[in-house]
Amino acid sequence: MSGPYETVIGLEVHAQLRTRTKMFCGCSTAFGAAPNTQTCPVCQGNPGSLPVINKRAIEFGIRTALALGCTVNLQNRFARKHYFYPDMPKNYQISQYEEPLAEHGTLEVAAGGAPRVIGIQRLHLEEDVGKLVHEGEFATARASHVDYNRAGVPLMEIVSKPDLRSPEEAGAYLRALRAIVVYLGVCDGNMEEGSLRCDANVSLRIAGSDVLGTKVEIKNLNSFRHVQHALEYEVKRQAQALDVGERLTQETRLWDPERGRTVATRSKEFAHDYRYFPEPDLPPLDLAATEVERLRGDLPELPAAKRVRFVQVYGLSPHEAELLGQGRGLADYFEAAARESGKPKAVANWVLNELLRELPGDDDAAVAACPITPSRLAGLLALIDDGTISGKIAKDVFEKMLRSGEDARAIVGREGLTQVADVDALAGVVDQVLAQHVKVVEDWRNGKKAALGFLVGQVMKATQGKANPAMVNQLLGEKLPKTSKLT
Amino acid sequence: MLAALSIEALGARFRDGSATPSAAARDYLARIEALDPKVRAFMTVTPDVALAQAAEADARFKAGAPRGSLDGVPIALKDVLCTRGIRTACGSKILESFVPPYDATVVRRLQEAGTVLLGKLNMDEFAMGSSTENSAFFTTRNPWDLGRVPGGSSGGSAAAVAADLAAATFGTDTGGSIRQPAAFCGNVGLKPTYGRVSRYGLVAFASSLDQIGPFTKTVADAALVLRVIAGADPMDSTAAAVPVPDYRAALAGGVAGLHIGIPREYFIDGMDPEVERAVRAAVDVLRGLGAKTEEVSLPHTEYGLAAYYLIGPAEASSNLARYDGVKYGLRLPGARDVIEMESRTRAAGFGREVKRRIMLGTYALSAGYYDEYYGQALRVRTLVARDFQTAFQTVDAIVAPTTPGVAFKIGEKEDPLQMYLNDVFTIPTSLAGLPGVSLPAGFTLAGLPIGLQVIGKAYDEATVLRVAHAYERATDWHTRKPALS
Repeated sequence: MSGPYETVIGLEVHAQLRTRTKMFCGCSTAFGAAPNTQTCPVCQGNPGSLPVINKRAIEFGIRTALALGCTVNLQNRFARKHYFYPDMPKNYQISQYEEPLAEHGTLEVAAGGAPRVIGIQRLHLEEDVGKLVHEGEFATARASHVDYNRAGVPLMEIVSKPDLRSPEEAGAYLRALRAIVVYLGVCDGNMEEGSLRCDANVSLRIAGSDVLGTKVEIKNLNSFRHVQHALEYEVKRQAQALDVGERLTQETRLWDPERGRTVATRSKEFAHDYRYFPEPDLPPLDLAATEVERLRGDLPELPAAKRVRFVQVYGLSPHEAELLGQGRGLADYFEAAARESGKPKAVANWVLNELLRELPGDDDAAVAACPITPSRLAGLLALIDDGTISGKIAKDVFEKMLRSGEDARAIVGREGLTQVADVDALAGVVDQVLAQHVKVVEDWRNGKKAALGFLVGQVMKATQGKANPAMVNQLLGEKLPKTSKLT
Repeated sequence: MLAALSIEALGARFRDGSATPSAAARDYLARIEALDPKVRAFMTVTPDVALAQAAEADARFKAGAPRGSLDGVPIALKDVLCTRGIRTACGSKILESFVPPYDATVVRRLQEAGTVLLGKLNMDEFAMGSSTENSAFFTTRNPWDLGRVPGGSSGGSAAAVAADLAAATFGTDTGGSIRQPAAFCGNVGLKPTYGRVSRYGLVAFASSLDQIGPFTKTVADAALVLRVIAGADPMDSTAAAVPVPDYRAALAGGVAGLHIGIPREYFIDGMDPEVERAVRAAVDVLRGLGAKTEEVSLPHTEYGLAAYYLIGPAEASSNLARYDGVKYGLRLPGARDVIEMESRTRAAGFGREVKRRIMLGTYALSAGYYDEYYGQALRVRTLVARDFQTAFQTVDAIVAPTTPGVAFKIGEKEDPLQMYLNDVFTIPTSLAGLPGVSLPAGFTLAGLPIGLQVIGKAYDEATVLRVAHAYERATDWHTRKPALS
């Protein structure tokens, strides 16, 4: 087999749900507590303990399913998935198998070119496992410990159809999915902390063929960068193998970010017969259609709709709209500031050029904690607008607002940053500058237009930047001799 | 002797002041000390707990404020029910050292009712067996003949009540583990409807079948006890929010006019003729009391056993996966890695029957076999349940033998299949999730108890107990005591 190949990628995304308590017991889901302090007989898999479904987790799952256009299965149920691993207290995971919470959704993804619709195969809920802590390196560890704080934290698994056609598209899908779960407030979307995890299935086939090639699963993709790099590597590896007529094996490979390659795992470790069967400790879920419709009605505006509205209502470019809509917090910030100042374009510029330099736009918490509130940003813009400060000074004021948490007017007042807008005072400075730069004035007279810029700069310098630029231009225009040549 | 009394009679003595809970506890503890070395019903005796709880009950009676019908009553629990701070070994080496950090819901409800805990009772390992011979520790003896088994898996619970070593005990029934030992030991053993009693804290064998129930000296006592332990529980999603009636009050009705079905399929070739005679005689007694008896058919009965031995082991293979040496219980030292540690622990910690069922169940659930075995068993289960539904369209209760035979000799049944046949009359009820009680209905010439089973509609324990009570009042089998001392 030889190229050109078509890349076929499907992603399995696990999102930790931001419920207060675990999937099947009342333990806290808070991250970072001392080992095994957030556990109970249920999430430790004690003999005799029984699971009880967290209704909030079901609600979060339904909200996500609806946002992805899935069909919610009113009748669905949990099943046990079996394999032995010490981080899993019961040696089975309560998950969903034949009757998942939701199926058949879509997600529109744009990776450079025109947007494409990616199919969502299914969305189901399950419980997370604990964490192993090794004393030393895994292979030679003197001892290993288990922390069950994470065991039982609700997970939502979202499986795409094999519709993704490039690593970039896979990256775009993951970002779009992340934006949705974060917008819905059901997941904090933090890949580094493991709240959002991704496994990828990738295969190649002859372009135009509708038969799928041998599939390889890649695990350990804990950042957007890793997902894209690992897929790029894997696509290249498979293409090279196919080029020389090698047969690929269906296997699970781990991404090694340090070496920048995927490594085959001992296939035995993953060759499981999970022996799924319906969880007998939990009755099947029987959801009320009215409840699902209520949740549908409560859905917030989703990223895609918001982008369209930003372009239409505020006259932003699609790119600006996408950047401003990358997080619900940022989008709300922008809208609040735009509403208050009445100048959405200017607000967009300030948010995109200045605010996003200081904080990650997809981090709602960081946006919420920003000392420059939307109202203060609007206040700063108002000072530029009424000529109190120049745009240049405003940037310094912005920096100071970030550090001190004060509003713009207080800083401008205290530091004397108000533009010099007194005609008499400025006229004196202008006269002085013209007297000092006779040669430049001569150049001007001879038609050298750039001379004007130099003179403006000199006036600004003499006033430590506080001169009102419009007024300086006007005064210079009045005081300079007429040019002899019109260029 | 207080230990001979029913809960009702004991409670009357507490209330009229002619006896105290402490006196009853001491009486029972003395009997346990004297007789349990012969019967071997107890896995753990808890005299300190018992005397402390009894003293509290004394004070309540003295203050004229007892908690109810079970206050001060000495009880004991099958060692499968989790007791906080008290070892719960489940008849298994793998849990020999396991001390639960919490109480089962039933245990908590019994504590709140003021009962006095005498100790924990022997059982077949993980409730898998019909004789207690599968206990990893010792075999309990039948008080009626110490050379015979008490039945199982709740053999310790049945033997303790038969030998007056507790006023009431608690067991679990998955395929007959309450009713069969009650029949073998000549006392009342009630398996409530699946969902009637919370399973929280019951160490699971087969989650869709397990149910907790009491062993008592009389049907009326079973009614009192069920009222206390039944009802919905936020910790168990399968415990139903069905109202719990006053079962004791419901006994009064008698059987006149009730329609009672006699299932044709429960009188089979090879069953003990003395058992058949006794059960048919019992039917006559009920008819004499005014019941209308008629033959009914439960045509899928013969397939129940096979379905049960797929569903039970399948669920067990899953439930018992957690015993791996990582978190609690036995851990074999010296392994090079975690996989070796887990497999060595499980190899050493589980007995033969448990391993057999784990393997059976693992096979039944494996890819490619699931539908043929587990799936097929579920379909049979539905048919068995439908049999009962059909029968209950015309009858109010069904009466049948509890077991095909009586207590057998220790070591007599070496073939597991022979052992499994013990449960052939109790398994269908379990598969259908229905309530059933076994009560004494006579003795063989050799002096061994014979059990009569009364089966009812889902959540209709009231009718089951009413029929049983009427029969008990018309006979005196329940008043006989084994000669032990």
